[in-house]
Amino acid sequence: MSSLSAKIKDAFDEPACDKNRGKDAKARKEGCSKSLTPGAAAGGCAFDGAKIVLQPITDVAHLVHAPLACEGNSWDNRGAVSSGPTLWRTSFTTDLTELDLVMGQGERKLFKAIREIKHTYAPPAIFVYSTCVTALIGDDIEAVCKRATEKFGLAVVPINAPGLAGSKNLGNKLAAEALLDHVIGTVEPDDPGPYDINILGEFNLSGEFWLVKPLLDRLGIRVRACIPGDARYRDIASAHRARAAMMVCSTALISLARKMEERWDIPFFEGSFYGISDTSQALRNLVRLLVRKGADPEILERTETLIAQQEAIAWKKLESYRQRLQGKRVLLNTGGVKSWSVVHALMEIGIEIVGTSIKKSTVQDKERIKQVLKHDKHMFESMAASELYAMLSEHRADIMLSGGRTQFIALKAKTPWLDINQERQHPYAGYDGMVELVRQIDLAIHNPIWSQVRQPAPWDCQPELIGELPCTRNETAYLFDEFACATAHEC
Amino acid sequence: MARILPQSKSAAVNPLKSSQPLGAAFAFLGVDGAMPLFHGSQGCTSFALVLLVRHFKEAIPLQTTAMDEVATILGAADHLEEAILNLKNRTKPTLIGVCTTALVETRGEDCAGDIANIMRKHTQQLAGTEVVLANTPDFDGAIEEGWAKAVTAMIEGITRSGERARHPKKIAILPGCNLSVADIEHMRDMVESFGLKPVILPDISGSLDGTVPDRWVATTYGGTSVEDIRELGTAMRCIAIGEHMRRPAKALLGLTGVPYVLFQSLTGLQDTDRFVSLLSSISGAAVPARVRRRRAQLQDAMLDGHFHFGGKKIAIAAEPDQLFQLATFFAGLGSEIAAAVTTTDRSKILKKVPAVSVQIGDLGDLESLAVGADLLVTHSHGRQASERLGIPLMRIGFPVFDRLGSQHKLAILYQGTRDMIFEVASIFQANQHAPTPEALDPLRNREISR
Repeated sequence: MSSLSAKIKDAFDEPACDKNRGKDAKARKEGCSKSLTPGAAAGGCAFDGAKIVLQPITDVAHLVHAPLACEGNSWDNRGAVSSGPTLWRTSFTTDLTELDLVMGQGERKLFKAIREIKHTYAPPAIFVYSTCVTALIGDDIEAVCKRATEKFGLAVVPINAPGLAGSKNLGNKLAAEALLDHVIGTVEPDDPGPYDINILGEFNLSGEFWLVKPLLDRLGIRVRACIPGDARYRDIASAHRARAAMMVCSTALISLARKMEERWDIPFFEGSFYGISDTSQALRNLVRLLVRKGADPEILERTETLIAQQEAIAWKKLESYRQRLQGKRVLLNTGGVKSWSVVHALMEIGIEIVGTSIKKSTVQDKERIKQVLKHDKHMFESMAASELYAMLSEHRADIMLSGGRTQFIALKAKTPWLDINQERQHPYAGYDGMVELVRQIDLAIHNPIWSQVRQPAPWDCQPELIGELPCTRNETAYLFDEFACATAHEC
Repeated sequence: MARILPQSKSAAVNPLKSSQPLGAAFAFLGVDGAMPLFHGSQGCTSFALVLLVRHFKEAIPLQTTAMDEVATILGAADHLEEAILNLKNRTKPTLIGVCTTALVETRGEDCAGDIANIMRKHTQQLAGTEVVLANTPDFDGAIEEGWAKAVTAMIEGITRSGERARHPKKIAILPGCNLSVADIEHMRDMVESFGLKPVILPDISGSLDGTVPDRWVATTYGGTSVEDIRELGTAMRCIAIGEHMRRPAKALLGLTGVPYVLFQSLTGLQDTDRFVSLLSSISGAAVPARVRRRRAQLQDAMLDGHFHFGGKKIAIAAEPDQLFQLATFFAGLGSEIAAAVTTTDRSKILKKVPAVSVQIGDLGDLESLAVGADLLVTHSHGRQASERLGIPLMRIGFPVFDRLGSQHKLAILYQGTRDMIFEVASIFQANQHAPTPEALDPLRNREISR
């Protein structure tokens, strides 16, 4: 456990994170997740966080060393997409039984499991995840992985992020540490080039990175590794030869970006592919970094031309929604980057933002939100379910954009809702993605069900009719209702 | 008699199981005003919660004691106490159903003792809230066991013990976890049509049937009332459905003397006939005309449907009682059970499964055993095997997350059997292979072998 504690301490000391730098030494030691209240906690554990970051690596076998629940209740449940290998969607777990635990057979079973996977699937690497129970009984997965690596001649990587270590966010960071310790830099690419970049923290949910990659291709930029979306093991193993990096999801992988800069001199910037101006800015920043690292400066001009073209097309497409969406009120209830990066484009076509969550936002995020929202009061840390329900059922917003966790609060309040978190069905990145987001908002708000489901039952809004009828004669009441339907719209 | 083949692999590939505490939480969710509480780290709860939400498309009340490193080393009784008090203050549940997890069970904590202490210490504050415990480590069992343990825990913890004056029309029904919302609604109608008064525990048809309440409720809204659980002992008879419900039925018998009848399955003509006869004999009422009509409809469905079932090879992966229910359904229409995979070797029902063997295993086993089958029958996670093998998948059980309305699918009694015959026959018709000259060529593949 001691090496794990050291890792955790390290993860909570992040010079590249503004929020982290703003704390004193003591507060920093406590980490960035608030301590949990029993009976009032929500969210995943460190193991969950680690698996989220690593599982989209498509040709790796992900083996969870645990009793059933950790993997059995959670496999094949995320929206990342692969352009090739499907092994990452196959679930592997040691499924420890009572007998395994009592007899202390955990490590043996793990080793045998690795051998079975190697023989049946021959993956380029196996990632082995420790969990609460296997950490508690003291299974040394690092030793097992080391032995298996030697014996089987393939990369067997220990991911030491048991759930009890802390939050999902911590798990993200521990996963990044595992990549740094065991994967990145272990393979030398035979074709490094001046236009090689890494994208960090992009998950390719609903395939949305494919809305961006063709733009990079057009500019002659090669994505050495996208971590983790649609990644191959070898791409990540040779990611240290990229010339520049963009970090997309800031809370998840900032330490990875910073340490890759320290170790391999890969400069990075924080950016986003959500929103039109953000996408343009991300492209500009990328080529600037490449030029700084020796690429031909002519790429700068080509980039501006591409941006101008793409922006013009996107704005033209968005303009067609203005009439339908002008004055509509959006409640954004999600963390981090997504909050501010889409706000600008939504406001540009006349949509009002009536509130946004800033739970995961950085200081900079908050400043930007303040500028666009005008009223501070529209920013909230988090809202209780009952409060959110009240706000929506009083129709103080026309639609809520959020993640699955609050989906049913909106729906039960009979309010349009759109998923913009990991389970979402539509790709929202890049120029086309922004247009898709606006299209989905339009479809959600203007669906004809809303006026229907908000209509009370006709017999509930005709008190005089109910009063006249004896309760036992329901059949007769229904007959009357047939007549009432004709006037139902007035009630 | 089916041979039971034990699991022989070290790496489970594509698990068939969902965890035992999830099964217990599922049962607690069938009680009105309930709040299930996982005693473990927050991830245990988060995974189960997400899976339940994906299946039901509903907000699911489920909380966690949020054990951290310190609690794991020093003991988690404080966390349990704090969680119970917080839940009581914030959500005012009538029932808190504590489900233990592998983490707390591996530590070997005395959760029953802890809960007794908590109840003693906060008698006043916790008045009006029942707290029951199901010991459900993840390293043992699956949904069936968790569900049965939770129902047993509720009977042992809440039902008033001792022989009571019996209500002549009251029937206690203990449905297994393989019954859907629609199954329970339909069964209630059937029982009521004989003039009987069913009390169903757990009753997910009241809580997980997907409605729109007019206010925000943090606990379940609907389901068996705690008062009804308390008064189970006044029932004339108890009907348990599924072998895994024998344990709670026995607990009720031991506690109150209410005798039970156990139905291993309510799917198929013969089992339904037995059920209907029983209702008729308990109530003394004749079988109502509409029930007779349903029976005739099922007979006709069997006549029309059997053409599609005869000789078909079916590969099923499900928990023991559901495996038995489905395997007897298919075998009863002339199909062959080509592969039967289940989660545990402990259930007595497995020997009765009409298959040569039953493999204890996972969906990886199903995928290798199902080569050449005509139909896969399992939950949504079978979709990858279905794609790879090119065999259609009938989604059934838990979880079904990539189709809507699984809870409103009926699979029991005359009507449910009829509907299922139609569903399967429709799948076969939609996946028919048109005859080709090559496939029919009499000289193809004809080797004289001896």
